Amino acid sequence: MEALIAKGVTKRYTNHTALDNVDLTIPEKTIYGLLGPNGAGKTTLIRIINQIINADSGDITIFGERLHQKHIGTIGYLPEERGLYKKLKVGEQLIYLAQLKGLSRADAIQKSKQWIKKFEITEWWNKKVEDLSKGMAQKVQFISTIMHEPRLIILDEPFSGFDPVNAQLITDEILQLKEKGCTIIFSTHRMETVEDLCDHIALIDKSKKILEGSKKKVKDTYRSNTFLVDHKGVFNSTSEKYSILSQKSLEDDYYQTIIKITGSATSNQLIRDLTDLTEVHGFVEKIPTMSEIFIALVKGEVETGRNSIN
Amino acid sequence: MNKIWLIFQREFLNRVQKKSFLIATILIPMIFPAIIATMAYIFVKQEEGAQKTKVHVLDKSGKIDLENTDRYEFLNVTGDLEQAKTTFQHSEDFALMYIPEFELSKPEGITLYTKENPSMRRIQDLEKMLENKVHDLKLAQFNIDKEILKSLKTSISLNNINLSETGEEKESNTGMLYGLGFVLGILIYIFVLVYGMQIMLGVIEEKTSKIVEVIVSSVRPFQLMLGKILGIAAVGLVQFTIWVILIMVTSTATLSFFGLDKKQQQAMEQMAKMNNPAASDMAQMQDNPVAKVLGSIDKIPVAFIVFNFAFYFLGGYLLYGALFAAVGSAVDSQQEAQQFNLPIMLPLIIGYFALFMFILPDPHSTASFWFSIIPFTSPVAMVGRLAFGVPTWQLILSQVLLIGGFIFTTWIAARIYRVGILMHGSKVNYKVLLKWFMMKG
Repeated sequence: MEALIAKGVTKRYTNHTALDNVDLTIPEKTIYGLLGPNGAGKTTLIRIINQIINADSGDITIFGERLHQKHIGTIGYLPEERGLYKKLKVGEQLIYLAQLKGLSRADAIQKSKQWIKKFEITEWWNKKVEDLSKGMAQKVQFISTIMHEPRLIILDEPFSGFDPVNAQLITDEILQLKEKGCTIIFSTHRMETVEDLCDHIALIDKSKKILEGSKKKVKDTYRSNTFLVDHKGVFNSTSEKYSILSQKSLEDDYYQTIIKITGSATSNQLIRDLTDLTEVHGFVEKIPTMSEIFIALVKGEVETGRNSIN
Repeated sequence: MNKIWLIFQREFLNRVQKKSFLIATILIPMIFPAIIATMAYIFVKQEEGAQKTKVHVLDKSGKIDLENTDRYEFLNVTGDLEQAKTTFQHSEDFALMYIPEFELSKPEGITLYTKENPSMRRIQDLEKMLENKVHDLKLAQFNIDKEILKSLKTSISLNNINLSETGEEKESNTGMLYGLGFVLGILIYIFVLVYGMQIMLGVIEEKTSKIVEVIVSSVRPFQLMLGKILGIAAVGLVQFTIWVILIMVTSTATLSFFGLDKKQQQAMEQMAKMNNPAASDMAQMQDNPVAKVLGSIDKIPVAFIVFNFAFYFLGGYLLYGALFAAVGSAVDSQQEAQQFNLPIMLPLIIGYFALFMFILPDPHSTASFWFSIIPFTSPVAMVGRLAFGVPTWQLILSQVLLIGGFIFTTWIAARIYRVGILMHGSKVNYKVLLKWFMMKG
């Protein structure tokens, strides 16, 4: 079953279109990366899923049901702009936020105590948020996002503001949640995160979805049959099946050459052919990083835009 | 509904648990009796411990013979003015009064020499005494008996009795009603402003601390706004109730402890006597009006006033509170809010002035009617009228319109609020507010 299906979601403001006919399919029990440059419409989409604002048109289905007020407790949301009540004590704050998500008071107390123990911050229970450091407050906020055990968790730039130790803690927690069967939507423009954690991605640019699919599939799509070869001794000519994109010297007599297979040859054939030419020391496929794909696509959009003007 | 209740509880507890709430709730009622007690204490002490003011009198006319009083002692001096001045210079006394020869019809040239600028009160006291002397001399000159003159003087005070529709006679005391209307009107005005501002600050705080995005992912903006407004209203009602009780208890306690109520009355009588010899019998007559005022308190329908006061208290607060919430949602800081505050407060301020200009002087005039019917001014204006008696149909009309009024402002406010709380850093003016208001879902 899909955790979330969006069909034709559109949101227009007087001066611009925030989302233009966006379709998304988010499989259950995955970590789904929602990528896009600033101002692309990610936050608008997330707000629509959270029912903070309504879409002008389009349908959203969550775990097979039409999105409705009752799904508020199904979703946990960590906004990019973090915030808690400064004057409120950590304990009361967690209980209150959980109650607003629909937990009974008794459940809220029990859950918040349990989480605060898990994060080893029991001594903060009676501290006011204004007395906590920024990182501490973020931990509290993270707990408030997940403590009502939502099946769908939406994290908007979750690692901004965390030191590496806490970032690792949160990462572990996210992976555990996935194990338990939660679906997690990551909204980010930090590609390392996507590379490490996400199973599926969607790229939104200028209010439109321009790419969606599993990370592997996306990467396969953008594979260019290009290989990095480390070798000893220069070679210049290859058969017409391959083309040399670049060659640089490393040290002593070692060189690195980037070769693209232009014909129908396989990588094994390339290796075979190479061994005749040179002494191969390393051979690896040059797979594009998410970052490269992201930049290529976003820039490509810009260029096609220009072309259409000309 | 359940969520509004949660927010209501949170907002209420957040404020009530604060130390500042406890301090304000306990200290403010203490301050009033403390001020009254201190003032009365100083006044009484001054009267008791005051040394007599000594005045040298050089009377060349030989007509004026001033008698010593509680506060003044007159020393008659002889010789010429220069001599008297030197003697006075060397003394510690207050003044030298020089009375030249004068005609009764034209008493001019009386001079008061002092070392420092004398207070108005002393000048007035002395003038009064001289006037009384000349007055007596004139009576003697025209051969008029003092007693006859006294019996000519008549004092009339109207006994005011309201004939109600049922024919029941109600004795009323206009001064008393005026005072009551005044206090109630001002209380509503202050309450609406103070707690309305609290709503605004609360909304701004939620917005600037960015918590609001988390909250509105759990509750609808309207629920958040309503829960907050109602929570603060409850704080206001609790605080007000505690104040009323504390002020009543402490005022009664301090007054009876110091026994100041009696002494104050004595001092007042003394002053009255001093200013006007005829006032002595006025002072005696005062027993009667005091009893009447006390009597008319019993005649005031307390339950009626309390109920209606509470109604306008809440109605006015909700009407303006919603607007304050809308302003808070639109801005990023208190400074930014200022441009919107005045237009909101203006009708309230108009109601406040109307209270003094129209309602209290004439509670049944056309102006008073309109001010107490229109929802934006009615909370202040109508409570000003309550004590004077308001026709039932007017009261009902006013209250229905007030309910309609706050539903209307809440509706407007909610439409601005839901958009405003998610907007950061945008420059807000009335055009933008209108755009937000018109914006769909």
